[in-house]
Amino acid sequence: MPDKKWIPQPKKPRTPIPEQKPEVRRRNFKEVALGYTVELAIEEAYRCLQCKNPLCVDGCPVGIDIPGFIRHIGEGRFEEAYYTLKKYNSLPAICGRVCPQEDQCEQLCIMGKKFKPVAIGRLERFAADWFMQSGKKEDFQIEPPTGKKVAIVGSGPAGLTCAGELAKKGHKVTIFEALHKPGGVLVYGIPEFRLPKKIVDIEVENLKKMGVEIKTSAIIGKLYTIDELLEEEGFDAVFIGTGAGLPYFMGIEGENLNGVYSANEFLTRVNLMRAYMFPEADTPVKIGKRVAVIGGGNTAMDAVRTALRLGAEEAYIIYRRSEAELPAREEEIHHAKEEGVQFKLLTNPVKIIGDENGWVKALQCIKMQLGEPDESGRRRPIPIEGSEFEFPVDTVIMAIGQGPNPLIQETQPDIEVKRWGIIKIDEQGRTSKKGVFAGGDIVTGGATVILAMGQGKRAAQAIDEYLKTGKWE
Amino acid sequence: MYLIKEIKEIAPKIKKMVLDAPLLARKHKAGQFVMVINTEKGERIPLTIADKDPEKGEITLIFQEVGKSTIEMGLRKAGEYIFDVVGPLGKPTHIVNYGTVVCIGGGVGTAPLYPITKKMKETGNYIITILGARNKDLFILEKEMESVSDEFYQTTDDGTKGRHGLVTDELQALIDSGRKIDLVLAIGPAIMMKFVSLLTQKYNIPTMVSLNSIMVDGTGMCGACRVSVGGVTKFVCVDGPEFDGHKVNFDELLKRQAMYKDMEEEALKKFLEELKKQESCGGCHA
Repeated sequence: MPDKKWIPQPKKPRTPIPEQKPEVRRRNFKEVALGYTVELAIEEAYRCLQCKNPLCVDGCPVGIDIPGFIRHIGEGRFEEAYYTLKKYNSLPAICGRVCPQEDQCEQLCIMGKKFKPVAIGRLERFAADWFMQSGKKEDFQIEPPTGKKVAIVGSGPAGLTCAGELAKKGHKVTIFEALHKPGGVLVYGIPEFRLPKKIVDIEVENLKKMGVEIKTSAIIGKLYTIDELLEEEGFDAVFIGTGAGLPYFMGIEGENLNGVYSANEFLTRVNLMRAYMFPEADTPVKIGKRVAVIGGGNTAMDAVRTALRLGAEEAYIIYRRSEAELPAREEEIHHAKEEGVQFKLLTNPVKIIGDENGWVKALQCIKMQLGEPDESGRRRPIPIEGSEFEFPVDTVIMAIGQGPNPLIQETQPDIEVKRWGIIKIDEQGRTSKKGVFAGGDIVTGGATVILAMGQGKRAAQAIDEYLKTGKWE
Repeated sequence: MYLIKEIKEIAPKIKKMVLDAPLLARKHKAGQFVMVINTEKGERIPLTIADKDPEKGEITLIFQEVGKSTIEMGLRKAGEYIFDVVGPLGKPTHIVNYGTVVCIGGGVGTAPLYPITKKMKETGNYIITILGARNKDLFILEKEMESVSDEFYQTTDDGTKGRHGLVTDELQALIDSGRKIDLVLAIGPAIMMKFVSLLTQKYNIPTMVSLNSIMVDGTGMCGACRVSVGGVTKFVCVDGPEFDGHKVNFDELLKRQAMYKDMEEEALKKFLEELKKQESCGGCHA
């Protein structure tokens, strides 16, 4: 129990997080936000009102006891804060960094009504980092072995979370990862300056300590089908968390010119394959002087900021709607601007123009204006006739979204899919095939790390239930 | 980690490498490929499985030493380990009894051609093989290919073996002789596949090619390997590697293959310099 009275300091301004200076960080891959010190964390923690009916918790997809862990921080009980987080969220160091808190817990924080919300994400990160740096051994609290085997397909946020939850319940878990490094989008997609790979490595190591086996370079749908996992490899259940790995292109002329990348390719080359170290690492990446990234989401921001760090002189975001509709996190947009990224809004490419050798030379763009809201609730962008213009660029990166990877669906027709190959699940995360569950971007088509984790966690509960009862009704 | 059981030069700058890979040997189907990562910092190199022995749990890879990664891999020794191998990737070849199939292999393209030809033969097809190379020393898998062929032809650019000319010359001669050809399968340099496809298009002979575009992950995640087929963008890694040769935009493929040429040369130069330094030092390991 808390040993002293909690006296909140609501009038204190939200504690800023130390960051690398924009002019320095725009050319390095080190993490932008440096994290709270012990003093700053305690200071920020005391801004929390410790509401009896905390609204913030309603905004959290995994229902973390937010006032609880913040109180622990305020009282200097950092280890307790960490374990409080872990009870709900198996990857707090990751979520503290990449969750869109401003749309979730922090959006509902009562402090935000009059002042600025409590920096819940930064505090979450603090507690997780503190524990990692303390060198303390984690107490995993694993239940006795059940003798049941579960296969997890994909080692992204959904798969890692599902694996952790099931391992705690005493099930034998094997993760199958297609790439040569586990972590999924956390490793190939999100850049080092936003999420250091070391953190993902630690989380993966933790899973191994819990007894989870990780098979990398193992592509389900090719090396094994789901049926083979269930019938020949002895797995009692399968969780599919294969994510949204299929890059979309616009379908405009010139997209196959040299110098045009999907954001997935560009980021994979740099993050997973370490092209920024070329030629010390073997994988190259081409970066021109003028780089245009098409799209306005977090992936677009990651790509454009990566381009700057690779030495682009000018880096642009080209987005067809206006600033208000940019889907990226506010913080990412703010960081990108600070680093010198230029935004060409209400602009849409209609064609990519190449030179005689097949290299990108320019973008043919058209100006847009906003019309009535469309089915997504955002105002529909409408081209302004006759407003086409040419915009010289050397590199174009398409960051207009990804779809579900179709590898599993192709080889397993008895798993029902909705449009665009999105796997259909019920409220427990069950697919149309007995013993097979799914979660993450493969069922949403593309969302956030925390939503994927939430689904991984929910599916783990359903899998545990299924393994215990054998019931599928 | 994959144990190298055997590695040897089978033609100048062409190496054959046998890996201990029981699961891949069991799961691989003709036409599929793997991604090979030589070292921890290595790139992912798409290579076709040239042969396999599921009983011994072995796969055979054949590669040409063209750049830093492949030269470095060629220097590996039996008993050492390859960092990683991923697969089997891509769609297997659609193999049925077509009738008469002309299998054309150019240079190292004969490696992926061999398992497909073998399977085509087993399926009852009449196999006419045409292998092409710049000179007689550059042929690979001649015996193997001959053993699964009903007719076997070779062409060289310099006339040192077989017909003095290109594979398309031999193919033209076959067509001119009035032979009924049900399918042409061509695997080799993009430029060779382009001209084979142009020729067969004139005579309406169905033609299958296996494309070797630049790839990163090989699982459909990045799109580096995209190519226009019949005006539609396809990913070689998941939609291919085999496509209707009459529909492939080879000029685009050729340009895309050259995308990193300057960087590849830079990496190679640096690597060769370092290699020289190590060699000239000498004696340390004695």
